[in-house]
Parts: sequence; structure tokens; C-alpha cells
Amino acid sequence: MAGRAAVPGTKKGFSLPQVPKILVYVVGFVPAVWLFYQGVNDRLGADPMRYLEQALGLWALRFLIATLAITPLRQLFSVNLLRYRRALGLLAFYYALLHLLTYMVLDQGLDWAAIGADIVKRPYITIGMATFVILVPLALTSNNGAIRRMGGQAWARLHRLVYVAAIGAALHFILVVKSWPPEPLVYATIVAALLGYRLVRSLGRRAEPRRRPA
Amino acid sequence: MLIRRPSAILPSEITPREIYLSRRQWMAGAAGLSLTAALTKGLEAAPLSAAKSPFSTDEKLTSREDVTSYNNYYEFGVDKADPAKYAGSLKTSPWTVTIDGLVGKPQEIDLEDLIRSSTLEERIYRMRCVEGWSMVIPWVGFPLADLVKRVEPLGSAKYVAFETVNRPSEMPGLRSVFPVLDWPYREGLRLDEAVHPLTILAVGLYGETLPNQNGAPIRLVVPWKYGFKGIKSITRISFVEKQPETAWNKQAPNEYGFYANVNPNVDHPRWSQATERRIGEGGLFVKRRPTLMFNGYAEQVAGLYSGMDLRKFY
Repeated sequence: MAGRAAVPGTKKGFSLPQVPKILVYVVGFVPAVWLFYQGVNDRLGADPMRYLEQALGLWALRFLIATLAITPLRQLFSVNLLRYRRALGLLAFYYALLHLLTYMVLDQGLDWAAIGADIVKRPYITIGMATFVILVPLALTSNNGAIRRMGGQAWARLHRLVYVAAIGAALHFILVVKSWPPEPLVYATIVAALLGYRLVRSLGRRAEPRRRPA
Repeated sequence: MLIRRPSAILPSEITPREIYLSRRQWMAGAAGLSLTAALTKGLEAAPLSAAKSPFSTDEKLTSREDVTSYNNYYEFGVDKADPAKYAGSLKTSPWTVTIDGLVGKPQEIDLEDLIRSSTLEERIYRMRCVEGWSMVIPWVGFPLADLVKRVEPLGSAKYVAFETVNRPSEMPGLRSVFPVLDWPYREGLRLDEAVHPLTILAVGLYGETLPNQNGAPIRLVVPWKYGFKGIKSITRISFVEKQPETAWNKQAPNEYGFYANVNPNVDHPRWSQATERRIGEGGLFVKRRPTLMFNGYAEQVAGLYSGMDLRKFY
């Protein structure tokens, strides 16, 4: 079901000029390159490690949200960006990986005891780590070969884990801050809206047959 | 090895006009008053001349740039850069501090009078934030004990409560639709903590009057406690019998205790307090250093808490 064959549907699609997918990666990595460049040149403020760590995590969440926005955009506004979804999802994974590496190498200095204690004792790190672990199989199977090997249905079922990852990422952000500042709540609201949309739609579809009895 | 080249001046490094103007306005006032001080006490006429103190650490100072650009002052926003950006709107002159409650001499003290009548000292203290970072800051101030003595607390006074100015028109954080804390900001100390010689009211740093983002015109500094105990822009000091409510304790009582003593053995429920990052040390490749009991002031203050279970009274 993946690929372009499924796209030319009955709805008239909003036609966007197609850009090469590689461009999505190139543009997607601009924030990371810029952050590292500024970090190495000591331009990330008084606490550069923390700035880098948080910015990378935030970009991971943003790309995750972008990935989840593809389907509602298509269904509600007939904007079809499906061909870029894999790139966006993989970017979310790469940023999550950079975020994790920054935490392990720069923040904790590869102090495995401290990292282990954090994962076990700190719910926000437990959740962050679990979120990353969920993203790994999704990233590994984000290629045509995997879809072919697994079969479309099994692949789609596995990739529904992205919903869990999005909840984990939003929660991880809320739990890391003091008090209830607006920014993490705004991201959590967006995630809730994107997942809530799917829930409502699937409930509606399930309810439909009952509404028209034979 | 990483070789850091001096970089061009960033827009963020340029002090905003309103801040340097307000600083100048302050300096003009301060120059006037230190002149009076010089006439009456025979001191040199520097704006905030301060005597050295044996309580100062000789550790490397955190740069003035970092001390004045990386702040938690939620009345001006929750981002570390917000206070430096927005605190210029706070009018810090004229300023009075109301002293009330269980004291023999309740009063409203004009800040200039207070500074003029106090012997200022430079206190170079470590500052450990509850978030896990630290700085070394050269404060200018005077022992809170001096003020306590002057207002003659009654025998029934057991605690000292502090309150930050509450001016929504000058403090954008107070106008936010998501109030981060129950404003105004409140803090408190036990009376014996308040009169401890390490506890000061700071009116300056790096030899100048306090920048607004650091809590101008007058703030509390208690170096063995987490930074959030150091309430800023104080407008009221009350002497009370019962342990007063404090802003962060009210917001999350299981995370922020009344005492908030720096303690590497008692973690914040959501993160470890065993280590800290010293701001300005190592840049991107900062190395964590172990956090010290009572932020390294155990010798002076441990006695205040003898017999107390510090896990319970965190």
C-alpha cells in the first residue's frame, strides 16, 4: 500500500511541485550542522552543552510531529506529502540519536553508572530512553526492502508504534522542566491533536456499520 | 584539542539600550550616595566600594557576561535569556523595603538609606542552581544579620519571610496566561539561618549595582542553599512565628523543600544532585564536578541542622 500507486485517488489532490527527497534531508540537517558549528565556536550561550542537548531533542520532536501531520494533511486538506514522510520520520530518528549521544557523551561524559542510574531512577529519562528504543525498529524498517519482506500490513502495524513514541517524546519534554511553562504544553497539545484526530476517525469508522443495519 | 578563536560581537552580547540606560541612571544615584558615604565615613568614592571578606572563595569567577545573561527570573520569562532581555522594564529607583511582623521597629526603609548606612562587602560565593549548574559570583552586599539587628525582632519571631515586588505592568511573566508560580515570589529562612554570617542581602555584583536580571535593586544570597532561595527584587521582609509559605515549595512540595540546602545525597525527584556543571568551564565539552555538601559551606553551616533528617527536611 505504500508508494505512489495508492495516491491517485478519487480526491483531487493539491498539486505541489515535487522536490527531490534528498533535499528534505539536506534542509533537515541544517539545524544540526548550525548548532554544532555554533557550539564549537562557543556561541550557544553560557551553558552550551545544555543548549545543544535541548535543541536537538526539540528538533526530534518537531520532525516527529511533521511525520504525524502528513496523514491529516492529506485527508483533511488534500495536501499530499506522503513521499516525504519517510525522510521526515528518519530525520526525527537521527535528531533523537544526536540528542541521546549529546546526553551520553557531552552531558554525562560516558559515565555509565550515572547513565544507568538515570535510566532506572528518573522517569523522564526512562521515558526518553524508551521512546528512542521504540524509534530504532521503525528507523531500521524505513526502507522498501523491509516493507517487501514484512508485508504491508505487518509493516503498518509495527509503524503504529510511532504514536507511542510521540506520546513519549511529549511527556519527556514536560517532565524535564520545572513547573508548567507553556512551550512543552504547546507541543503536547499538538501531539494530542494529531493522535486524537486518528482516534476519532477510527472510532467513527468502526461505529459506521452499526449505524446502517441490514 | 579545541582552540577557541575570539568571535565577533554577537547582537545578544550587546547590552540593550534600556538596560544600560537604567544602569547609568542607577550609577548616577549610586555615585551621589557613595559621595555622601565618602564624606561621612571617609571611604573612597567608587560607586559600590566594598571591603574584601574572609568568606570569599578564591575559585575562578564566572564571567560577568555569563552571570548577567544566564538567569532564572521567571517574572520576566522562563527562558534563561529572558531576564536579560526583559528585566530592563523594572523600575528599581526609588525603592523601599517594608519590614514588618514580629519586630520592635517595623519600618519602611528607603534603599539608598539602607545602602548608605550599611558596610558593603564583596562576597565571592559559589552559586548552585537546583537544575544542576553552578557559578562563582562576586556579590556586593551586607550581612542580613545587620538589618535583623536593627529592626529588633521579638522573641516570638522564628522565621523571616521575603517577598518580591509584584508589578505585572513591568514584569511580563506576571501577565502570562500560564502562571508558572503563584505570584508574588516568596521565600523564607529560619531566623538562625537569616542571621548566619554567610547570609547576605546583595545590592551589587562585579563592583557595580545589580543588573535588573540579577535581582536589582536588592536580593537575598544564601550560598549553601539552592539558587532559588535567593529571592530577587525584595520589597517586603516579615518576621513571623510559623514557617512561611515559599513559592517553589507551594508549586511542587515534593520537589522543592523549605530548606533547599545543597545536598548531593538527596536527589531532586526527577534528577540527580550528585554533580554539577560549572558555567563557563569547558564550553560544549564541560566536565561535571561533584556537588559538595552544603555547596562546600558545611564547615560553617552544618551545625544549623544537627540532629535533623536532611532527607525529610530537604
